Amino acid sequence: MTHLRVFSFKSSSRWLLLVVPLILLASGGLHAAEANDNDVAARLKLLEERVKQLEAELEALKAAKVVAGPEAATPGASAPPVVPTAPAPPEVATGPSGQLPVYGGASALAKIFNPDIGVIGNFVGAVGRNRVNPFPALSMAESEVSFRAIVDPYAQADFFLSFGEEGVELEEGYVTFPALPGGFLAKVGKMRSSFGKVNTLHDHNLPWIDRPLMTDNLLAGEEGLTDAGLSISRLLPAPGGLFLEATAQVFRGDSGDLFQSNRRSDIAVLGHLKSYYDLTDQTNLELGGSYARGHNDFGSDFVTQLFGVDATLRWKPLRRAIYHSFIARGELVWSRRDDPLNVQRTFGYFLSTDYQLARRWFLGGRYDWAERGHDAGLHDSGGSILLTYWPSEFSQVRGQLRRTHYAEAHTAYELLFQVLFIIGAHGAHPF
Amino acid sequence: MRTFLLRSFVCAALAFAWLVGLAPLPAAAAKLKVIATTEDLAALAREVAGDRVDVEAIARGYQDPHFVEAKPSFILKLSRADLLIVVGLQLEIGWLPPLITQSRNGRVQPGAPGYLDVSQSCEILDIPTGAITRAMGDVHPLGNPHYWLDPANGRRIAEAIKNKLSQLQPGDAGYFQQRYDDFSRRLGEAEQEWDRKMAPYRGRKVATYHRSWPNFAQRFGLDVVDYVEPKPGIPPTPQHTLALINRMRRDKIKLILIEPYFDLKTPSAVARETGGEVLVLLPSVGGEKEVTDYLKLFEYDIKLLVAAFERTR
Repeated sequence: MTHLRVFSFKSSSRWLLLVVPLILLASGGLHAAEANDNDVAARLKLLEERVKQLEAELEALKAAKVVAGPEAATPGASAPPVVPTAPAPPEVATGPSGQLPVYGGASALAKIFNPDIGVIGNFVGAVGRNRVNPFPALSMAESEVSFRAIVDPYAQADFFLSFGEEGVELEEGYVTFPALPGGFLAKVGKMRSSFGKVNTLHDHNLPWIDRPLMTDNLLAGEEGLTDAGLSISRLLPAPGGLFLEATAQVFRGDSGDLFQSNRRSDIAVLGHLKSYYDLTDQTNLELGGSYARGHNDFGSDFVTQLFGVDATLRWKPLRRAIYHSFIARGELVWSRRDDPLNVQRTFGYFLSTDYQLARRWFLGGRYDWAERGHDAGLHDSGGSILLTYWPSEFSQVRGQLRRTHYAEAHTAYELLFQVLFIIGAHGAHPF
Repeated sequence: MRTFLLRSFVCAALAFAWLVGLAPLPAAAAKLKVIATTEDLAALAREVAGDRVDVEAIARGYQDPHFVEAKPSFILKLSRADLLIVVGLQLEIGWLPPLITQSRNGRVQPGAPGYLDVSQSCEILDIPTGAITRAMGDVHPLGNPHYWLDPANGRRIAEAIKNKLSQLQPGDAGYFQQRYDDFSRRLGEAEQEWDRKMAPYRGRKVATYHRSWPNFAQRFGLDVVDYVEPKPGIPPTPQHTLALINRMRRDKIKLILIEPYFDLKTPSAVARETGGEVLVLLPSVGGEKEVTDYLKLFEYDIKLLVAAFERTR
């Protein structure tokens, strides 16, 4: 029966192929009777090309019909609204005698389950003198590749691979369970820990080219507190539109030079409480408190504890939201680090503001002050002025004039500049 | 010391577990709670739902729906929602996904029964064909997301919401059907009036700031010939502005339509150069205080358009 259908389909298509050109030829011929020979030849050539094109289209349609099967011919109405179901791929034998894989339409449908992929390039340059912690003159500081997809009805996954000039690192890679019973949200994998605000931001989402001195001195350096572990959080009941979120995280205990796991039981733990309130439609305030505890590089008997407070005030007029905004933020961190001789109690903070001058222009400033976690007797301080330009939503050019006074009695004056660019999937804007 | 620290940690962990695990969240409200991403979808949901459902919107009608901030207060709203209605076509891609994830609400996750993308019920225009790159600006590869600006799509959206509400709250299916029928009838009558008012101006050429109006223009016979933005999402450039001025002069285009959230500076300069006029037209319910529902949105816009066409005749 199937053969018969195919045969009749083929026969009718052949008839069509014969009849359509004949009709066209006939009409062309009638017309050509009044035209010269050159016109006739040109028309015939056009018709030949048209017939070839029709034949090719017919063959393509037949191939797609065979591959997709009868169900693929009626998509749409019964398909799930969000995650369309691709037709089952054709059975492809692995041996040489099997059916050849069919590329094109059917395999393209299978790709809908591939994750959203984005790549962010972060080019950084620096001029000026810095003897303590210099940036390279020119560097492709980071190329971050992100993969994001829904795993199944219960989970979604995110991967962020950071390609530096010298190697690749898994910056983050975790699965999120967004709808657990009891209103919990869980994450499992390697992730930036929820200590404060800045630690959670990837480099390309920072409002500066560098990270504050506080991060360098007290929070595991440029990489920040990033480790493999588990995270669980929940919204807490609160009155009057107040947003309260509690987060608890357990990590292996390796975060740069801050935490070091010397044995399996040397885990690091973290707690974070975030509160947020809309003061008006266009102004809001976010306050957070953080605590982290882990073992340090002196061994399992030596612990480092961190306490943090963060505050962010935002203003954005809704009617002109794409033209003007203002953000003031600050973060304070206290560190208590055991070492064989005594306890190092250190402190650091930054204060920062950003004002959006126009749709594409931002002006910012930052003040830093931080003692060094390893030695409470040393502290660094600095200040920066920044100007940022957005050619579009997917690229950014930034300059940062930075003055840093280091504990080594050296003052560095530098101009940092950055070009950021994004290709691929459109990620969410950070908040 | 080590034992003390361990005990402290265990106590802190237990306290935390009590805090987050035992403290109850607010009890679910008796009424179905619907959150729509825009005021337009919320207005259409209210038409169907009446007083049997609580409906709230996230984005305000006077703000650019592409650039809404993912505020934690929206997470709170979503955490209590039974139904989330979205425009889709990547309009909310910059802010909605993290809100949904952090809502911790299984009912409104993509694919769940409480997630409704109404674009799937509507006629979508401007679906790009061929190669799509961001050299074309911030294009929406699935089509233009401003589709609610065609009353026919408004009716389709209302019907989709009616079907979904009837599925979630079957006991009120008859009520929702009755309200939908009433809305559809009132919309049909209003459409006749709007058609009558706009009929003399069919085929009139206009320029718009952003590509927000293809459905509206198709429905009411306007000819959008150029844009103030050189490409979607790209701010005006001097070269493009000059080209726009020349084109408006050449084609005798006298009207520039602009959404309330864009800067008037460049369109006003173009209007001055061409002897034309800038008209702030509302793409959404809530764009002005008096525009409180879907029918009033079209009444407001058509009233302004008719007056502007008369002035620039």
